[in-house]
Amino acid sequence: MTNFAPASTFNAGSAGKWRRAILRLILLSVLVIFALFYLMPLFVMVTTSLKSLEEIRTGSLVALPREVTFEAWRTAWSSACTGIQCEGLRPYFWNSVQLAIPAVLISTLLGAINGYVIAQWKFRGANLIFSLMLFGCFIPFQVVLLPMARTLGLMGLAGSIPGLIFVHVVYGIGFTTLFFRNYYVSVPSELVKAAKVDGAGFFRIFWSIFLPLSLPIIVVTVIWQFTQIWNDFLFGVSFSQAGTQPITVALNNIVNSTTGVKEYNVDMAAAIIAALPTLLVYVVAGKYFIRGLTAGSVKG
Amino acid sequence: MVDWFQRHIPKIVLAPSFAAVLLFVYGFIGWTAWVSFTRSRLLPKYDIAGFIQYKRLFASPRWETALNNLFIFGFLFIVIAMILGLLIAILLDQKIRTEGVLRTIYLYPMALSMIVTGTAWKWIMNPGLGIEALVRGWGFESFSFDWVIDPKMAIYAVVIAGVWQASGFVMALFLAGLRSVDGEIIKAAQVDGIPTWRIYSAIIIPSMAPIFLSAFIVLAHLAIKSFDLVIALTGGGPGYATDLPATYMYTMAFSRGDIGQAASSAMIMMAVVFTIVVPYLYSELRAKHD
Repeated sequence: MTNFAPASTFNAGSAGKWRRAILRLILLSVLVIFALFYLMPLFVMVTTSLKSLEEIRTGSLVALPREVTFEAWRTAWSSACTGIQCEGLRPYFWNSVQLAIPAVLISTLLGAINGYVIAQWKFRGANLIFSLMLFGCFIPFQVVLLPMARTLGLMGLAGSIPGLIFVHVVYGIGFTTLFFRNYYVSVPSELVKAAKVDGAGFFRIFWSIFLPLSLPIIVVTVIWQFTQIWNDFLFGVSFSQAGTQPITVALNNIVNSTTGVKEYNVDMAAAIIAALPTLLVYVVAGKYFIRGLTAGSVKG
Repeated sequence: MVDWFQRHIPKIVLAPSFAAVLLFVYGFIGWTAWVSFTRSRLLPKYDIAGFIQYKRLFASPRWETALNNLFIFGFLFIVIAMILGLLIAILLDQKIRTEGVLRTIYLYPMALSMIVTGTAWKWIMNPGLGIEALVRGWGFESFSFDWVIDPKMAIYAVVIAGVWQASGFVMALFLAGLRSVDGEIIKAAQVDGIPTWRIYSAIIIPSMAPIFLSAFIVLAHLAIKSFDLVIALTGGGPGYATDLPATYMYTMAFSRGDIGQAASSAMIMMAVVFTIVVPYLYSELRAKHD
């Protein structure tokens, strides 16, 4: 209520309208300011990567590039130094691809079949097994680093990409099983019973009833696993060697290499290249990405 | 034989995964626990020697810094991300037409690797060329923002980057929670003329207690595991000013070759996670069976 408003209904209504409009304007501005806070690093990364070193030294952090150059991108992709080698990110990008694709597929497949068993073929102890697998998702991986390094050595997989695939599958199945189990648990058990009466077996029911239902959860799981594995650093840095490192490790090496002039534009271009695949997934399938995030925290 | 096989197919299918989890999760935890009670240095030894590694650990000033940093970082990271997330969620809940776009913007950092986040913020907070130079360029010549190279302040720089990355996710959790509150109750309160802020503080937020718990668990878990962010942003430095237990463990395991210290610090991390996550998981699984 405004004190000075004349007591006519028309004016009161219009004042109320004004007040609401102003409130909404403030609300929107606050939301936009927050949006700028989240966008600022991305903006700075992109503009810095398009500037020359000279312009970075003399210009402002948030200014648009006066002269756009893709030189830094070229360097980051094919000639930046990750230590003694200077081949850019390209080989490591392909390492990550070669690592992520099999690891995602295998862990998703195992998660689907495990989730199917735990949700629909309950046997004594199934819940205990599920709880034990679930807890495995939450351990700090530091606690398994040392024995895993030795085990990979014994298996002859030390410092290799198959070794990293193995590690990501082993520590990924907890989550993938959780996703599929929670999805399949809502399928009425009568369905399986009816199929059994009709003579369908374990795999037949999975193949022709459950898999066709599973597209959404497969998308959620694949996105979740891909993001986790692509962005992983701890396993990558612990279990790889020169030549087999994933992209996150190579990026860190480029940024923290101490030789020569610090090329901030190359660092930023490299960071964007490392981020592009997961960003792309997020832009294309954000809905499923969020579902995976919340499914991992709010178990239903 | 075939019949037996048919009946046990589900167990046979689950067996390899379960065996892998038993060995690579629980077996490995057991190995690390065992080694943490030995005199292992460069090579593991298996003769139990009591708490010698834990005594060394808690006598180490570097570990003390790491633990202190975990508490500072964990506390601020969790509290700020929760407040920011809740605030944005409430603002977004006011029937904003551009909600979809805004939500996408708030949440995208969660899709990035912490190494990317660390690299970006390291550049933004660069004392010579980043925010400091920017504000000085606006005429505030004495402005100073050199947290990343200041041993006393560097851990707060890590907090900034961490909050930037995770708060959008907390927002998404809270927004889902706000949307799941019974609309009838809110309508009834509105009809009674209760002001909006009272509806939030007295009705909606109290009913979201489980979401607060979920957000807390996720954030605490992220904080304890934080490793990449520190490595990329400060490398644990200056000196070891921003060491966290995770970076301490890694240094001991892979650059110092001190397996005993690596194992005992990993076990402490495990214990911290255990005390936070186990009661939560237990109640979750409990609730589902009832």
